[in-house]
Amino acid sequence: MSKMTLTTEGDRHVIVTRHFNASPEAVYRAHTEPELIQKWLLGPEGWTMPVCINEARPGGRFRYEWSNGKGGHFYITGELVELEPNRKIVHIERMHLPDATPDNHVETRFDADGSGTLMTMRMTLPDAETRKQMLSTGMEHGMEASYARLDSMS
Amino acid sequence: MERLDAAFSALSDPTRRAILARLAMGEETVMELAKPFEMTQPAVSRHLKVLEEAGLIVRRVDGTRRPCRLAKPGIEAIDEWLGMLREALAKNYDRLDLVLEVMNSEKEKEKR
Repeated sequence: MSKMTLTTEGDRHVIVTRHFNASPEAVYRAHTEPELIQKWLLGPEGWTMPVCINEARPGGRFRYEWSNGKGGHFYITGELVELEPNRKIVHIERMHLPDATPDNHVETRFDADGSGTLMTMRMTLPDAETRKQMLSTGMEHGMEASYARLDSMS
Repeated sequence: MERLDAAFSALSDPTRRAILARLAMGEETVMELAKPFEMTQPAVSRHLKVLEEAGLIVRRVDGTRRPCRLAKPGIEAIDEWLGMLREALAKNYDRLDLVLEVMNSEKEKEKR
């Protein structure tokens, strides 16, 4: 099944898992090649990613910028710490809202799972307080999206 | 109906929505809630009063502290919003499924 799970672990971790019906090679490419990333890493309906830079090498940097075409805008920047082709990506990222949030350390693994891939993303925040902030910021974005949806319905 | 109006009106303010989002993670005092905002404690207290009157939060007495937590309707609303965050992430991965499908069919074409 392709159902996603999102759970917290301990005080500082957030874990996301998802199965894909594609090889680890393909899922890894979709996480590292900008022209592929731009097609799916978009969040709520109506948002696009006009800027997508990913240097895809250890020590390389990345920058993703999102826009909703109505003045809504935010971006994340980060560094790639470790890349194990088709298996693992370790990176550090922060959101700019526009002030930078504390660093989120993210390890993404791509493991063969039957004929597909099990992706496991493990985020580590500096402390419990930051995780709390991150989850509530995410929720705020969710809320904004829901308000936008309400707007479009009326 | 009046309650619902008050709740919607309370939710129309981004600071109050942020306060509710914070409270979804557990009980907090006014001092703790004021931290992430560039706001004085009295200003935060005013927002809390609006939320309390709208039935979105409840406060209890703990010595000199009056910690706040979400009231049940607030919790239900927040659950819905957490669901939306999950939904936004899930939507990303549903889109990724389609990207992977296209990548796969292109690869098949190359083989032929």
